[in-house]
Amino acid sequence: MTVTASASEARPPVQRWLVVWALALAAVLVTFLLQDSVPWAVNYPAGAIIPVADWVGAVMVWIKSNLSWLTRSITAVLGVPLDFALNLLAKNFRIGHRAEAFTLPRLSWVGVCAVAFLAGHAVGGRKLSLLVGGCFLYIALFGQWTSAMLTLALISIAVPFCIVTGLFAGIWAWRKPWAERLIVSPALDLMQTIPTFAYLIPMLLLFGNSPVSAMIATAIFATPPMVRATMLGLSRVPLEIGEFSDMAGCTARQKLWRVLLPSARPALMVGVNQVIMLALNMVIIASMIGAGGLGYDVLLALRALKVGEAMEAGLAIVALAIALDRLSQAIAHKQAKGNVHRDREAGFWRRYPNVTLAIAILAATTLLGLFVPAFATVPKAITFTTAPLWKVAVNWVTVNFFDLIEAFRVALILNVLNPLRAFCEGFPWLGAVFLLGLAGYQLSGLRLALLVAVLTAFCAITGLWEKTMATVYLCGISAFIACLIGIPIGLMAARSDRFEKIVTPIIDTLQVLPSFCFIIPVVMLFRVGDVTAMIATIAFAVVPAIRYTNHGIRQVPPALIEAAKVSGCTPRQTFFRVQLPLALPEIMLGVNQTILMALAMVIICAMVGTRDLGQEVFIALSKADPGRGIVAGLAIAFIGIVADRLFSAWTAKARARLG
Amino acid sequence: MTEVTNPGPGASGAPENARPVKLACRNVWKLFGSNAANFIRERDGKASMADVAAAGLVGAVRAVDLEIRQGEIFIIMGLSGSGKSTLVRCMSRLVEPSHGKVEFEGKDLLRISDAALIELRRHRMGMVFQNFALLPHLNVLDNIAFPLSIQGQDRATREARAREVIDLVGLRGREHFYPRELSGGQQQRVGIARSLATKPEIWFLDEPFSALDPLIRREMQDELMRLQTMLHKTIVFITHDFDEAIRLADRIAIMKDGEVIQIGSPEELVVNPATDYVAEFTRDVDRAKVISARSLMRACDGAEHGGTVAPEAKIASFSAEIVSSGRPFAVVNGTGKPIGEVTPQAVIDLLAGIKRPRAGA
Repeated sequence: MTVTASASEARPPVQRWLVVWALALAAVLVTFLLQDSVPWAVNYPAGAIIPVADWVGAVMVWIKSNLSWLTRSITAVLGVPLDFALNLLAKNFRIGHRAEAFTLPRLSWVGVCAVAFLAGHAVGGRKLSLLVGGCFLYIALFGQWTSAMLTLALISIAVPFCIVTGLFAGIWAWRKPWAERLIVSPALDLMQTIPTFAYLIPMLLLFGNSPVSAMIATAIFATPPMVRATMLGLSRVPLEIGEFSDMAGCTARQKLWRVLLPSARPALMVGVNQVIMLALNMVIIASMIGAGGLGYDVLLALRALKVGEAMEAGLAIVALAIALDRLSQAIAHKQAKGNVHRDREAGFWRRYPNVTLAIAILAATTLLGLFVPAFATVPKAITFTTAPLWKVAVNWVTVNFFDLIEAFRVALILNVLNPLRAFCEGFPWLGAVFLLGLAGYQLSGLRLALLVAVLTAFCAITGLWEKTMATVYLCGISAFIACLIGIPIGLMAARSDRFEKIVTPIIDTLQVLPSFCFIIPVVMLFRVGDVTAMIATIAFAVVPAIRYTNHGIRQVPPALIEAAKVSGCTPRQTFFRVQLPLALPEIMLGVNQTILMALAMVIICAMVGTRDLGQEVFIALSKADPGRGIVAGLAIAFIGIVADRLFSAWTAKARARLG
Repeated sequence: MTEVTNPGPGASGAPENARPVKLACRNVWKLFGSNAANFIRERDGKASMADVAAAGLVGAVRAVDLEIRQGEIFIIMGLSGSGKSTLVRCMSRLVEPSHGKVEFEGKDLLRISDAALIELRRHRMGMVFQNFALLPHLNVLDNIAFPLSIQGQDRATREARAREVIDLVGLRGREHFYPRELSGGQQQRVGIARSLATKPEIWFLDEPFSALDPLIRREMQDELMRLQTMLHKTIVFITHDFDEAIRLADRIAIMKDGEVIQIGSPEELVVNPATDYVAEFTRDVDRAKVISARSLMRACDGAEHGGTVAPEAKIASFSAEIVSSGRPFAVVNGTGKPIGEVTPQAVIDLLAGIKRPRAGA
């Protein structure tokens, strides 16, 4: 009797929440059923919509008309290094203005490829050398050289800019905890959850359709990981190293620049790698506002439904992405391992033989290019194209499997997507605000509840409720399916080393691909619409589910597994009773990441004709309507923040329980 | 509550007293928690452990009074959480004490300007860390020359000095190795060399050998003694290992819960532990290596002596002779005058760990 008494005493909190949730759901259901008498609780009344979009639009127009001197000078200043890089890599320098002006050639493609081989060799040995060099050679031989170099030039200017800005912002946030809490962290969250498209609109308005505005958008989008890496790196420098620098009598500046930052270098390099990859991703998307390059090729081809060309340019992006990622990762890895001593008393060329050699190669080949045209531009004779091949393949698939694919598509739409969509779009906005707030309260407390409720309400009062729910539906189902696929794969990878060896390179590659690339093959098979968006999103978002699950299971301490075995657990019991519960927080983190990535991808999929917030941004972009675009972008960001905060709170709770 | 036995007359500390005080702590407190400084100031630097706990504060260092003399090896011994690391950081102002004075050659360290503090640390203080705290991006030579480089010395001067200390700690030939290429013992040699490069007057060693294997630790202790016979630094050495403390110390301060509960030479701690806590530490010590003839002697009772020993001689240094001779040894002072005697029975009792009331003492 006493046992049951004490057990039921321990229960109430859970049971109470059960009752609360049942009541809450019932209340929402009642609201939904009574929507004739309380229509304002289901559909936000049109009359009460707050015209935030108009306000933002007005502000942007004011800035445009009154601060044009500022935007123009920024354009002029940033244009200088950008033009230099563009000319150096892609466009040739033209000195003088008339037709017979002297032309200084761009870097020779032979030289750049050779340097790619050399760089790979210097930081990662022969295997990396072949990979990186091969990627560049591929780009050259498949006729994408000029576009790829345009893209590379933009990246090479945007990345240092991001690194410097990120470094200083990170240092500031690290030094001033209030700045981190009040300014930097919220700003970073917003910057990373606002969809890439939404960045483009104000840039387009302020800086025009030019590479400079593309570069600024890229810089804003790609800076956050550097800020985070700097903060993380600095806070992880061992305490003793900081104390040493104090005891050695360092001034504050010496301590930061000569002790802390160099000690944090491995973490900083990880940040640099992420900056490069994000910059590449954004440069591709920014082709819509004049970045040019590979992204523009894809965009043109997709608009004209030239599947083969789109695929080719897409593959060139993949090659560039892989080359840049592996190279920067190898450099970061080398940094983390630390230096190896070598002879110090030597000249520049002895200390940096690779750099010297690279400069020599570039100079020699470029000079040769003045006399041998084959060095200056990739000769047509040795390039080949696979576009017709892709076209034939797609035609073949369409001809032979059209019925099958179409049946699959229609069935999916009719039986799954449409009902779900109807459910989401009909969901009472007040109910959603209430339920999410309740979840926030249960998971963390009043502050989270308020944040979640306010952000959700924002989507409704700006009149975007239906589109918001359309986004939630598409993002939700994609993330759900991505988890359904990803978690089991992660579990299998965790249980078999051989399977992990197969999976790892695949997800590594999937992860570095710019989101654009996922759309191309899917659109070939499923044409435009929600199904295409869903499949592309799943492919894009499945990676974190796999990675975190695998990592979560594998990081369970071996001692615990041994303890389980010793207490007589079967492998099945060990897995379900020990490994899985301990890995759950990590898996939840993966689900969280999956949702955020799905959200980002769903927005990009506006290009293939979805009807959600992404489309709203897309339309705003084509109409250059900043107010509409920014508010829709904020609504998307808020969906992301709500999901992220709730999941993080849940994960934190699960972690706290595990100790 | 705090019982401090300063080396009184009759202990081996007589010549130590003559040395000037290098660094002194006067009622130093370090409390963690909100408004800690006000709390202790309002109580005029006096508070019991219960007061501190009641105010919701954590007392890392409480009412510490001690004086470190020029050229001595002063060891602060305590288990983890006893506040020894915080205390040594208060002495160098890496941690700002909540209350009290830290006097460096009579000047209050807590009142000097930041610039003066930097100057002091650059030229007169050195510190060695438990986990070496070497800069991962610099090689041995640059690590050691680093403190000189931030003072603005030119490359030739600082590298010449760095090479001197590299020779001193026996790392010649490793100048261009990076920290991760060295073993733990070698890394700590770099740490020691780096802290010596600036020719500091006072040398803080924060558990310098705790991260090393026992064999290497012993080797490094010998190395430290070798260096000290050459350099005569004022050393503040932190350890949680009582054997290490006894091997190296001129004087030991034992800390518990933020308080210093006893200060004295190893022998005083062994012979006269202030509390049971100190006695517990000293129980397993090889007493013959710590206790000197002076502590064991009694008044001469006219028996024939088998030999003579100095009052400072450790029992272990003559135990074999006295037991085999079977006769008491005379304890003679510097002028050769006998001041007492040590009997073989007393030595045997000590070696065997038998405690019996000593006649004549």
